[in-house]
Amino acid sequence: MISFLIYKTILVIVIFAVSLVVAMYSTYGERKIAAFMQDRIGPNRAGPFGILQPLADGVKMFMKEEIIPDVSNKALFILGPCIAMLTACMTGVVIPWGAAITIGGEKYSLQITDINIGVLYMFGVLSIGVYGVMIGGWASNNKFSLLGAIRASSQMISYEVAMGLSIIALVMMTGTISLKEITEQQAGGNWNMWNVVYQPVGFLIFLICAFAETNRTPFDLPECETELVGGYHTEYSSMKLGFYLFAEYINMFISSAVIATLYFGGYNFPFMHDLGLSENLITILGVVALFAKIFFFIFLYMWVRWTVPRFRYDQLMNLGWKILIPLSIGNIMLTGLITLLRQKYYF
Amino acid sequence: MQLTNRSKVVSKKEMTFAEKLYFPAILGGMGITLKHFFKKPVTVSYPEVKRDIAGVFRGQHTLKRDEKGAERCTACGLCAVACPAEAITMTAAERKKGEESLYREEKYAAVYEINMLRCIFCGLCEEACPKEAIFLTDRIVPSNFERDGFIYGKDKLVEGMNENRVDVTKRQTEEVNEFKKDKHYAHNK
Repeated sequence: MISFLIYKTILVIVIFAVSLVVAMYSTYGERKIAAFMQDRIGPNRAGPFGILQPLADGVKMFMKEEIIPDVSNKALFILGPCIAMLTACMTGVVIPWGAAITIGGEKYSLQITDINIGVLYMFGVLSIGVYGVMIGGWASNNKFSLLGAIRASSQMISYEVAMGLSIIALVMMTGTISLKEITEQQAGGNWNMWNVVYQPVGFLIFLICAFAETNRTPFDLPECETELVGGYHTEYSSMKLGFYLFAEYINMFISSAVIATLYFGGYNFPFMHDLGLSENLITILGVVALFAKIFFFIFLYMWVRWTVPRFRYDQLMNLGWKILIPLSIGNIMLTGLITLLRQKYYF
Repeated sequence: MQLTNRSKVVSKKEMTFAEKLYFPAILGGMGITLKHFFKKPVTVSYPEVKRDIAGVFRGQHTLKRDEKGAERCTACGLCAVACPAEAITMTAAERKKGEESLYREEKYAAVYEINMLRCIFCGLCEEACPKEAIFLTDRIVPSNFERDGFIYGKDKLVEGMNENRVDVTKRQTEEVNEFKKDKHYAHNK
Protein backbone atom coordinates (compact mmCIF):
# COMPACT_ATOMS: atom_id res chain seq x y z
CA MET A 1 0.00 0.00 0.00
CA ILE A 2 2.77 2.40 0.98
CA SER A 3 4.80 1.54 -2.11
CA PHE A 4 1.70 2.06 -4.24
CA LEU A 5 1.20 5.53 -2.75
CA ILE A 6 4.85 6.43 -3.26
CA TYR A 7 4.79 5.24 -6.87
CA LYS A 8 1.61 7.20 -7.65
CA THR A 9 2.91 10.32 -5.91
CA ILE A 10 6.15 10.19 -7.87
CA LEU A 11 4.26 9.66 -11.11
CA VAL A 12 1.89 12.56 -10.41
CA ILE A 13 4.75 14.88 -9.55
CA VAL A 14 6.77 13.84 -12.60
CA ILE A 15 3.86 14.32 -15.00
CA PHE A 16 2.95 17.65 -13.40
CA ALA A 17 6.54 18.83 -13.68
CA VAL A 18 6.90 17.57 -17.23
CA SER A 19 3.75 19.31 -18.41
CA LEU A 20 4.87 22.56 -16.76
CA VAL A 21 8.35 22.36 -18.27
CA VAL A 22 7.01 21.49 -21.70
CA ALA A 23 4.55 24.38 -21.49
CA MET A 24 7.36 26.68 -20.35
CA TYR A 25 9.55 25.74 -23.24
CA SER A 26 6.60 25.90 -25.63
CA THR A 27 6.59 29.65 -25.04
CA TYR A 28 10.24 29.70 -26.02
CA GLY A 29 9.57 27.38 -28.96
CA GLU A 30 6.68 29.53 -30.09
CA ARG A 31 8.83 32.64 -30.20
CA LYS A 32 11.69 30.85 -31.92
CA ILE A 33 9.42 29.24 -34.52
CA ALA A 34 7.66 32.53 -35.15
CA ALA A 35 11.02 34.17 -35.61
CA PHE A 36 12.34 31.54 -37.99
CA MET A 37 9.18 31.66 -40.07
CA GLN A 38 9.56 35.43 -40.36
CA ASP A 39 13.30 35.23 -41.19
CA ARG A 40 14.27 36.53 -37.76
CA ILE A 41 16.44 35.08 -34.97
CA GLY A 42 14.12 35.22 -31.98
CA PRO A 43 15.11 35.40 -28.31
CA ASN A 44 18.86 34.85 -28.06
CA ARG A 45 20.05 37.00 -25.18
CA ALA A 46 19.20 34.98 -22.05
CA GLY A 47 21.68 32.11 -22.00
CA PRO A 48 22.99 30.29 -25.07
CA PHE A 49 20.42 30.49 -27.89
CA GLY A 50 18.16 32.21 -25.36
CA ILE A 51 17.21 28.96 -23.60
CA LEU A 52 16.84 30.77 -20.27
CA GLN A 53 14.22 33.08 -21.80
CA PRO A 54 11.24 31.25 -20.20
CA LEU A 55 12.85 31.69 -16.76
CA ALA A 56 13.40 35.37 -17.45
CA ASP A 57 9.76 35.68 -18.55
CA GLY A 58 8.63 33.87 -15.40
CA VAL A 59 10.65 36.14 -13.15
CA LYS A 60 9.30 39.16 -15.01
CA MET A 61 5.72 37.94 -14.53
CA PHE A 62 6.25 37.43 -10.79
CA MET A 63 7.90 40.82 -10.33
CA LYS A 64 5.22 42.82 -12.11
CA GLU A 65 2.73 44.89 -10.18
CA GLU A 66 -0.43 43.05 -9.28
CA ILE A 67 -3.49 45.08 -10.17
CA ILE A 68 -7.01 44.02 -9.21
CA PRO A 69 -9.50 46.57 -10.58
CA ASP A 70 -11.66 48.33 -7.97
CA VAL A 71 -14.85 47.59 -9.85
CA SER A 72 -14.11 43.91 -10.34
CA ASN A 73 -15.60 41.06 -8.37
CA LYS A 74 -12.47 40.19 -6.43
CA ALA A 75 -13.21 36.60 -5.50
CA LEU A 76 -14.18 35.63 -9.03
CA PHE A 77 -11.33 37.69 -10.46
CA ILE A 78 -8.89 35.52 -8.57
CA LEU A 79 -10.85 32.34 -9.21
CA GLY A 80 -10.68 32.72 -13.01
CA PRO A 81 -6.98 32.00 -13.60
CA CYS A 82 -7.08 29.34 -10.87
CA ILE A 83 -9.72 27.36 -12.75
CA ALA A 84 -7.90 27.83 -16.05
CA MET A 85 -4.68 26.49 -14.56
CA LEU A 86 -6.36 23.70 -12.58
CA THR A 87 -8.30 22.25 -15.49
CA ALA A 88 -5.27 22.52 -17.76
CA CYS A 89 -3.25 20.38 -15.36
CA MET A 90 -6.04 17.90 -14.59
CA THR A 91 -6.43 16.36 -18.04
CA GLY A 92 -2.96 14.82 -17.97
CA VAL A 93 -4.16 12.28 -15.41
CA VAL A 94 -5.92 9.92 -17.82
CA ILE A 95 -3.40 10.02 -20.65
CA PRO A 96 -1.34 6.83 -20.92
CA TRP A 97 2.19 8.21 -21.09
CA GLY A 98 3.66 4.78 -21.66
CA ALA A 99 3.15 1.06 -21.11
CA ALA A 100 4.22 -0.55 -17.81
CA ILE A 101 7.75 -0.57 -16.45
CA THR A 102 8.81 -3.68 -14.52
CA ILE A 103 11.04 -3.02 -11.52
CA GLY A 104 11.86 -5.95 -9.20
CA GLY A 105 9.02 -8.10 -10.52
CA GLU A 106 6.42 -5.37 -9.96
CA LYS A 107 4.66 -3.73 -12.88
CA TYR A 108 4.32 0.03 -12.72
CA SER A 109 1.95 1.51 -15.28
CA LEU A 110 2.95 4.94 -16.61
CA GLN A 111 -0.63 6.15 -16.52
CA ILE A 112 -1.77 7.86 -13.35
CA THR A 113 -5.22 6.37 -13.44
CA ASP A 114 -6.85 4.13 -16.03
CA ILE A 115 -10.48 5.07 -15.47
CA ASN A 116 -12.73 3.28 -17.92
CA ILE A 117 -14.44 6.53 -18.94
CA GLY A 118 -11.19 8.31 -19.83
CA VAL A 119 -12.58 10.09 -22.88
CA LEU A 120 -15.62 11.35 -20.98
CA TYR A 121 -13.47 12.56 -18.08
CA MET A 122 -11.30 14.44 -20.56
CA PHE A 123 -14.28 16.18 -22.10
CA GLY A 124 -15.72 16.98 -18.70
CA VAL A 125 -12.54 18.67 -17.52
CA LEU A 126 -12.12 20.41 -20.86
CA SER A 127 -15.55 21.99 -20.65
CA ILE A 128 -14.88 23.21 -17.11
CA GLY A 129 -11.92 25.05 -18.64
CA VAL A 130 -14.38 27.42 -20.32
CA TYR A 131 -15.40 28.66 -16.86
CA GLY A 132 -11.90 29.94 -16.21
CA VAL A 133 -12.10 32.16 -19.25
CA MET A 134 -15.72 33.16 -18.70
CA ILE A 135 -15.44 33.95 -15.00
CA GLY A 136 -12.25 35.88 -15.57
CA GLY A 137 -13.74 37.94 -18.37
CA TRP A 138 -16.96 38.63 -16.51
CA ALA A 139 -15.35 39.45 -13.16
CA SER A 140 -13.07 42.04 -14.79
CA ASN A 141 -16.08 44.34 -15.30
CA ASN A 142 -14.70 45.56 -18.60
CA LYS A 143 -16.53 45.42 -21.91
CA PHE A 144 -13.60 44.12 -23.89
CA SER A 145 -13.03 41.37 -21.36
CA LEU A 146 -16.70 40.49 -21.38
CA LEU A 147 -16.79 40.39 -25.19
CA GLY A 148 -13.76 38.14 -25.18
CA ALA A 149 -15.34 35.89 -22.59
CA ILE A 150 -18.61 35.66 -24.52
CA ARG A 151 -16.74 34.83 -27.67
CA ALA A 152 -14.68 32.24 -25.83
CA SER A 153 -17.66 30.51 -24.28
CA SER A 154 -19.76 30.41 -27.46
CA GLN A 155 -16.79 29.27 -29.50
CA MET A 156 -15.84 26.52 -27.09
CA ILE A 157 -19.40 25.29 -26.69
CA SER A 158 -19.95 25.15 -30.46
CA TYR A 159 -16.72 23.32 -31.16
CA GLU A 160 -17.15 20.92 -28.27
CA VAL A 161 -20.19 19.51 -30.04
CA ALA A 162 -18.29 18.71 -33.22
CA MET A 163 -15.37 17.43 -31.19
CA GLY A 164 -17.57 15.08 -29.22
CA LEU A 165 -19.27 13.82 -32.36
CA SER A 166 -15.96 13.14 -34.06
CA ILE A 167 -14.90 11.14 -31.01
CA ILE A 168 -18.13 9.12 -31.08
CA ALA A 169 -17.15 7.71 -34.46
CA LEU A 170 -13.82 6.68 -32.99
CA VAL A 171 -15.47 5.15 -29.94
CA MET A 172 -17.86 3.19 -32.17
CA MET A 173 -14.88 1.79 -33.99
CA THR A 174 -12.78 0.91 -30.96
CA GLY A 175 -15.65 -0.09 -28.71
CA THR A 176 -14.13 1.49 -25.60
CA ILE A 177 -13.75 4.90 -24.00
CA SER A 178 -10.72 4.04 -21.93
CA LEU A 179 -7.70 5.82 -23.36
CA LYS A 180 -5.44 2.94 -22.34
CA GLU A 181 -7.43 0.40 -24.33
CA ILE A 182 -7.69 2.72 -27.32
CA THR A 183 -3.90 2.98 -27.31
CA GLU A 184 -3.37 -0.74 -26.90
CA GLN A 185 -5.63 -1.48 -29.85
CA GLN A 186 -3.30 0.53 -32.05
CA ALA A 187 -0.26 -1.60 -31.20
CA GLY A 188 1.72 -2.69 -34.25
CA GLY A 189 1.64 -5.98 -36.15
CA ASN A 190 -0.78 -7.70 -38.54
CA TRP A 191 -1.39 -4.58 -40.60
CA ASN A 192 -2.95 -2.95 -37.57
CA MET A 193 -2.69 0.73 -38.30
CA TRP A 194 -3.12 3.82 -36.22
CA ASN A 195 -6.66 5.12 -35.91
CA VAL A 196 -5.93 8.06 -38.21
CA VAL A 197 -5.93 5.62 -41.15
CA TYR A 198 -9.45 4.42 -40.33
CA GLN A 199 -10.80 7.80 -39.21
CA PRO A 200 -9.19 10.48 -41.42
CA VAL A 201 -12.25 12.72 -41.45
CA GLY A 202 -12.78 12.27 -37.72
CA PHE A 203 -9.14 13.16 -37.13
CA LEU A 204 -9.40 16.30 -39.22
CA ILE A 205 -12.53 17.44 -37.38
CA PHE A 206 -10.92 16.65 -34.03
CA LEU A 207 -7.78 18.57 -35.00
CA ILE A 208 -9.74 21.64 -36.07
CA CYS A 209 -11.83 21.51 -32.91
CA ALA A 210 -8.70 21.09 -30.79
CA PHE A 211 -7.36 24.30 -32.30
CA ALA A 212 -10.62 26.01 -31.40
CA GLU A 213 -10.74 24.54 -27.89
CA THR A 214 -7.25 25.73 -27.05
CA ASN A 215 -8.00 29.20 -28.45
CA ARG A 216 -5.15 29.04 -30.91
CA THR A 217 -5.01 30.87 -34.22
CA PRO A 218 -6.99 30.76 -36.51
CA PHE A 219 -9.56 30.48 -33.69
CA ASP A 220 -8.01 32.92 -31.22
CA LEU A 221 -11.03 35.19 -31.16
CA PRO A 222 -11.27 35.27 -27.33
CA GLU A 223 -7.87 36.96 -27.14
CA CYS A 224 -7.85 38.76 -30.42
CA GLU A 225 -5.21 41.42 -29.70
CA THR A 226 -6.18 43.48 -32.74
CA GLU A 227 -9.86 43.82 -31.86
CA LEU A 228 -10.34 43.33 -28.14
CA VAL A 229 -7.09 44.66 -26.64
CA GLY A 230 -6.38 41.33 -24.94
CA GLY A 231 -9.81 39.72 -24.79
CA TYR A 232 -10.78 38.10 -21.50
CA HIS A 233 -7.41 38.80 -19.84
CA THR A 234 -7.29 42.54 -20.61
CA GLU A 235 -7.55 43.50 -16.94
CA TYR A 236 -5.16 40.86 -15.68
CA SER A 237 -1.60 41.57 -14.71
CA SER A 238 1.36 39.89 -13.09
CA MET A 239 1.23 36.14 -12.55
CA LYS A 240 -2.56 35.94 -12.97
CA LEU A 241 -2.04 36.90 -16.59
CA GLY A 242 0.88 34.51 -16.61
CA PHE A 243 -1.41 31.68 -15.46
CA TYR A 244 -3.87 32.36 -18.28
CA LEU A 245 -1.15 32.39 -20.89
CA PHE A 246 0.51 29.39 -19.30
CA ALA A 247 -2.74 27.43 -19.17
CA GLU A 248 -3.04 27.89 -22.93
CA TYR A 249 0.32 26.26 -23.46
CA ILE A 250 -0.45 23.40 -21.08
CA ASN A 251 -3.72 22.88 -22.94
CA MET A 252 -1.77 22.78 -26.15
CA PHE A 253 0.55 20.14 -24.74
CA ILE A 254 -2.28 18.03 -23.35
CA SER A 255 -4.40 18.25 -26.48
CA SER A 256 -1.37 17.26 -28.56
CA ALA A 257 -1.01 14.26 -26.26
CA VAL A 258 -4.70 13.44 -26.69
CA ILE A 259 -4.48 13.66 -30.49
CA ALA A 260 -1.39 11.45 -30.44
CA THR A 261 -3.11 8.95 -28.15
CA LEU A 262 -6.43 8.78 -29.94
CA TYR A 263 -5.34 8.88 -33.56
CA PHE A 264 -1.58 8.32 -33.78
CA GLY A 265 -1.06 5.24 -31.66
CA GLY A 266 -0.03 6.90 -28.40
CA TYR A 267 3.14 5.30 -27.11
CA ASN A 268 3.15 2.66 -29.86
CA PHE A 269 5.76 2.87 -32.56
CA PRO A 270 6.18 0.76 -35.71
CA PHE A 271 7.72 -2.73 -35.31
CA MET A 272 7.80 -2.33 -31.53
CA HIS A 273 7.38 -6.06 -30.87
CA ASP A 274 9.39 -7.32 -33.85
CA LEU A 275 12.80 -5.98 -32.88
CA GLY A 276 13.32 -8.36 -29.96
CA LEU A 277 13.79 -5.63 -27.35
CA SER A 278 13.17 -6.09 -23.64
CA GLU A 279 9.85 -4.92 -22.21
CA ASN A 280 11.32 -2.02 -20.25
CA LEU A 281 13.24 -0.76 -23.26
CA ILE A 282 10.10 -0.89 -25.37
CA THR A 283 8.28 1.13 -22.71
CA ILE A 284 11.01 3.76 -22.60
CA LEU A 285 11.19 3.97 -26.40
CA GLY A 286 7.40 4.19 -26.38
CA VAL A 287 7.49 7.21 -24.10
CA VAL A 288 10.05 8.77 -26.44
CA ALA A 289 7.82 8.00 -29.41
CA LEU A 290 4.81 9.53 -27.69
CA PHE A 291 6.75 12.69 -26.91
CA ALA A 292 8.03 12.88 -30.48
CA LYS A 293 4.42 12.78 -31.67
CA ILE A 294 3.39 15.37 -29.06
CA PHE A 295 6.19 17.72 -30.08
CA PHE A 296 5.23 17.34 -33.71
CA PHE A 297 1.68 18.42 -32.90
CA ILE A 298 2.88 21.32 -30.76
CA PHE A 299 4.98 22.35 -33.74
CA LEU A 300 1.91 22.00 -35.94
CA TYR A 301 -0.04 24.30 -33.62
CA MET A 302 2.65 26.94 -33.92
CA TRP A 303 3.17 26.37 -37.62
CA VAL A 304 -0.52 27.00 -38.25
CA ARG A 305 -0.52 30.00 -35.95
CA TRP A 306 2.14 31.75 -38.01
CA THR A 307 0.52 30.83 -41.32
CA VAL A 308 -3.24 31.19 -41.14
CA PRO A 309 -4.97 34.48 -40.28
CA ARG A 310 -7.82 34.71 -37.77
CA PHE A 311 -11.41 33.86 -38.70
CA ARG A 312 -14.17 36.39 -38.64
CA TYR A 313 -16.73 35.61 -35.96
CA ASP A 314 -19.52 34.61 -38.36
CA GLN A 315 -17.10 32.45 -40.35
CA LEU A 316 -16.13 30.73 -37.12
CA MET A 317 -19.76 29.95 -36.28
CA ASN A 318 -20.49 28.87 -39.87
CA LEU A 319 -17.58 26.48 -39.85
CA GLY A 320 -18.56 25.03 -36.49
CA TRP A 321 -22.30 24.59 -36.90
CA LYS A 322 -22.83 24.30 -40.64
CA ILE A 323 -19.81 22.31 -41.74
CA LEU A 324 -18.09 20.44 -38.92
CA ILE A 325 -21.21 19.16 -37.14
CA PRO A 326 -22.94 17.79 -40.30
CA LEU A 327 -19.62 16.36 -41.42
CA SER A 328 -19.04 14.59 -38.12
CA ILE A 329 -22.62 13.22 -38.11
CA GLY A 330 -22.00 11.90 -41.62
CA ASN A 331 -18.78 10.38 -40.35
CA ILE A 332 -20.64 8.64 -37.54
CA MET A 333 -23.19 7.21 -39.96
CA LEU A 334 -20.47 5.99 -42.33
CA THR A 335 -18.57 4.40 -39.46
CA GLY A 336 -21.74 2.73 -38.23
CA LEU A 337 -22.52 1.41 -41.70
CA ILE A 338 -19.05 -0.06 -42.15
CA THR A 339 -19.07 -1.58 -38.66
CA LEU A 340 -22.41 -3.20 -39.40
CA LEU A 341 -21.22 -4.58 -42.74
CA ARG A 342 -18.09 -5.93 -41.08
CA GLN A 343 -20.13 -7.75 -38.46
CA LYS A 344 -22.37 -9.23 -41.09
CA TYR A 345 -19.76 -10.34 -43.61
CA TYR A 346 -16.72 -10.79 -41.33
CA PHE A 347 -14.07 -8.90 -43.27
CA MET B 1 -8.03 55.65 -71.95
CA GLN B 2 -5.48 53.06 -71.09
CA LEU B 3 -2.22 54.52 -69.83
CA THR B 4 -0.27 51.36 -69.04
CA ASN B 5 -0.67 47.67 -69.70
CA ARG B 6 -0.12 46.78 -66.07
CA SER B 7 -3.78 46.62 -65.12
CA LYS B 8 -5.22 43.20 -64.30
CA VAL B 9 -8.68 41.99 -65.06
CA VAL B 10 -10.31 40.95 -61.79
CA SER B 11 -12.98 38.29 -61.92
CA LYS B 12 -15.41 37.70 -59.13
CA LYS B 13 -16.31 34.14 -59.97
CA GLU B 14 -17.71 31.63 -57.53
CA MET B 15 -15.17 29.44 -55.79
CA THR B 16 -14.97 25.86 -56.94
CA PHE B 17 -15.50 23.03 -54.47
CA ALA B 18 -11.77 22.39 -54.17
CA GLU B 19 -11.21 26.05 -53.36
CA LYS B 20 -14.03 26.06 -50.85
CA LEU B 21 -12.37 23.25 -48.93
CA TYR B 22 -9.53 25.72 -48.20
CA PHE B 23 -7.17 22.87 -47.41
CA PRO B 24 -5.05 23.21 -50.58
CA ALA B 25 -4.66 26.92 -49.89
CA ILE B 26 -3.83 26.37 -46.20
CA LEU B 27 -1.31 23.65 -47.04
CA GLY B 28 0.22 25.92 -49.68
CA GLY B 29 0.56 28.68 -47.10
CA MET B 30 2.11 26.27 -44.63
CA GLY B 31 4.56 25.24 -47.31
CA ILE B 32 5.60 28.86 -47.72
CA THR B 33 6.10 29.37 -43.99
CA LEU B 34 8.09 26.13 -43.80
CA LYS B 35 10.30 27.33 -46.64
CA HIS B 36 11.02 30.49 -44.68
CA PHE B 37 11.70 28.37 -41.59
CA PHE B 38 14.92 27.13 -43.19
CA LYS B 39 15.95 30.44 -44.69
CA LYS B 40 18.80 32.46 -43.29
CA PRO B 41 17.54 35.18 -40.93
CA VAL B 42 17.94 38.72 -42.17
CA THR B 43 18.48 40.07 -38.65
CA VAL B 44 21.66 42.01 -37.93
CA SER B 45 22.51 41.52 -34.22
CA TYR B 46 23.40 45.14 -33.77
CA PRO B 47 25.96 45.64 -31.02
CA GLU B 48 27.98 42.61 -32.15
CA VAL B 49 27.47 42.99 -35.87
CA LYS B 50 27.36 46.38 -37.52
CA ARG B 51 25.98 47.07 -40.92
CA ASP B 52 28.19 48.72 -43.49
CA ILE B 53 27.37 52.38 -43.75
CA ALA B 54 27.93 54.71 -46.67
CA GLY B 55 31.22 56.55 -46.83
CA VAL B 56 29.44 59.87 -46.54
CA PHE B 57 27.37 58.80 -43.52
CA ARG B 58 26.58 61.70 -41.20
CA GLY B 59 26.69 60.66 -37.55
CA GLN B 60 27.91 62.17 -34.31
CA HIS B 61 29.86 65.43 -34.63
CA THR B 62 33.47 65.98 -33.73
CA LEU B 63 35.42 69.18 -33.17
CA LYS B 64 38.76 68.86 -34.91
CA ARG B 65 42.20 69.90 -33.74
CA ASP B 66 44.88 71.11 -36.11
CA GLU B 67 48.18 69.38 -36.83
CA LYS B 68 49.74 70.75 -33.61
CA GLY B 69 46.79 69.64 -31.51
CA ALA B 70 45.17 73.06 -31.01
CA GLU B 71 41.40 73.38 -31.31
CA ARG B 72 40.40 74.78 -34.65
CA CYS B 73 37.06 76.28 -33.57
CA THR B 74 37.02 80.05 -33.17
CA ALA B 75 33.45 80.32 -31.95
CA CYS B 76 32.37 82.38 -34.95
CA GLY B 77 28.86 81.02 -34.65
CA LEU B 78 28.34 80.28 -38.33
CA CYS B 79 27.43 76.69 -37.59
CA ALA B 80 24.81 77.81 -35.09
CA VAL B 81 23.40 80.20 -37.68
CA ALA B 82 23.39 77.55 -40.36
CA CYS B 83 21.76 74.94 -38.14
CA PRO B 84 18.12 74.52 -39.22
CA ALA B 85 17.22 72.66 -36.04
CA GLU B 86 18.88 75.22 -33.76
CA ALA B 87 20.76 72.50 -31.99
CA ILE B 88 24.08 74.31 -31.53
CA THR B 89 24.89 76.83 -28.80
CA MET B 90 28.27 78.24 -27.87
CA THR B 91 29.97 80.79 -25.67
CA ALA B 92 33.09 82.51 -26.98
CA ALA B 93 36.13 83.40 -24.89
CA GLU B 94 39.42 85.18 -25.47
CA ARG B 95 42.61 83.21 -25.56
CA LYS B 96 44.98 84.04 -22.69
CA LYS B 97 48.72 84.23 -22.96
CA GLY B 98 50.29 80.78 -22.83
CA GLU B 99 47.26 79.03 -24.29
CA GLU B 100 48.57 79.18 -27.86
CA SER B 101 49.07 75.43 -27.96
CA LEU B 102 45.46 74.84 -26.90
CA TYR B 103 43.57 77.12 -29.26
CA ARG B 104 44.58 78.04 -32.74
CA GLU B 105 43.20 81.57 -32.91
CA GLU B 106 42.72 84.41 -30.43
CA LYS B 107 39.10 83.52 -29.88
CA TYR B 108 37.81 80.10 -28.94
CA ALA B 109 34.65 78.37 -27.78
CA ALA B 110 34.59 78.12 -24.00
CA VAL B 111 31.29 76.25 -24.19
CA TYR B 112 30.15 74.36 -27.27
CA GLU B 113 27.02 72.29 -26.99
CA ILE B 114 25.03 70.29 -29.50
CA ASN B 115 21.64 68.95 -28.53
CA MET B 116 21.56 65.54 -30.21
CA LEU B 117 17.80 65.31 -29.81
CA ARG B 118 17.34 68.45 -31.89
CA CYS B 119 20.07 67.70 -34.40
CA ILE B 120 18.82 66.34 -37.72
CA PHE B 121 22.30 65.37 -38.94
CA CYS B 122 21.93 67.43 -42.11
CA GLY B 123 25.59 68.43 -42.14
CA LEU B 124 24.97 72.14 -42.73
CA CYS B 125 27.23 73.03 -39.77
CA GLU B 126 30.03 71.19 -41.44
CA GLU B 127 29.40 73.04 -44.67
CA ALA B 128 29.20 76.40 -42.95
CA CYS B 129 32.40 76.06 -40.92
CA PRO B 130 35.16 78.22 -42.39
CA LYS B 131 37.84 76.72 -40.12
CA GLU B 132 37.37 73.05 -40.89
CA ALA B 133 36.55 72.59 -37.21
CA ILE B 134 33.30 70.64 -37.11
CA PHE B 135 32.69 67.41 -38.97
CA LEU B 136 30.08 64.70 -38.82
CA THR B 137 31.65 61.29 -38.30
CA ASP B 138 30.51 57.73 -38.96
CA ARG B 139 29.79 57.17 -35.27
CA ILE B 140 26.23 56.65 -34.08
CA VAL B 141 24.89 58.74 -31.20
CA PRO B 142 24.14 56.22 -28.45
CA SER B 143 20.84 56.14 -26.60
CA ASN B 144 20.46 57.58 -23.13
CA PHE B 145 17.98 57.41 -20.27
CA GLU B 146 18.05 61.17 -19.58
CA ARG B 147 17.33 64.07 -21.87
CA ASP B 148 20.30 65.91 -20.38
CA GLY B 149 22.51 63.11 -21.58
CA PHE B 150 21.86 64.08 -25.16
CA ILE B 151 23.36 67.55 -24.79
CA TYR B 152 26.93 66.95 -25.87
CA GLY B 153 29.51 69.42 -24.57
CA LYS B 154 33.12 69.87 -25.52
CA ASP B 155 34.12 66.87 -23.41
CA LYS B 156 32.38 64.60 -25.87
CA LEU B 157 32.77 66.57 -29.05
CA VAL B 158 36.42 67.63 -29.17
CA GLU B 159 38.59 64.90 -30.59
CA GLY B 160 41.34 63.44 -28.45
CA MET B 161 45.04 64.10 -28.74
CA ASN B 162 47.44 61.90 -30.71
CA GLU B 163 46.13 58.35 -30.99
CA ASN B 164 42.58 59.34 -29.99
CA ARG B 165 42.26 61.52 -33.06
CA VAL B 166 38.92 60.92 -34.75
CA ASP B 167 39.29 59.91 -38.31
CA VAL B 168 36.42 61.77 -39.93
CA THR B 169 34.39 60.79 -42.91
CA LYS B 170 35.42 60.72 -46.51
CA ARG B 171 33.97 64.17 -46.88
CA GLN B 172 37.07 65.71 -45.30
CA THR B 173 39.24 65.29 -48.38
CA GLU B 174 41.91 67.54 -49.76
CA GLU B 175 39.50 68.63 -52.49
CA VAL B 176 36.96 69.72 -49.91
CA ASN B 177 39.54 71.65 -47.96
CA GLU B 178 40.77 73.33 -51.14
CA PHE B 179 37.23 74.15 -52.17
CA LYS B 180 36.47 75.75 -48.81
CA LYS B 181 39.52 78.00 -49.09
CA ASP B 182 38.25 79.38 -52.40
CA LYS B 183 36.75 82.74 -51.47
CA HIS B 184 35.27 82.99 -54.94
CA TYR B 185 32.19 81.07 -53.71
CA ALA B 186 29.65 83.03 -51.70
CA HIS B 187 29.41 80.78 -48.67
CA ASN B 188 33.16 80.70 -48.17
CA LYS B 189 33.53 84.44 -47.80
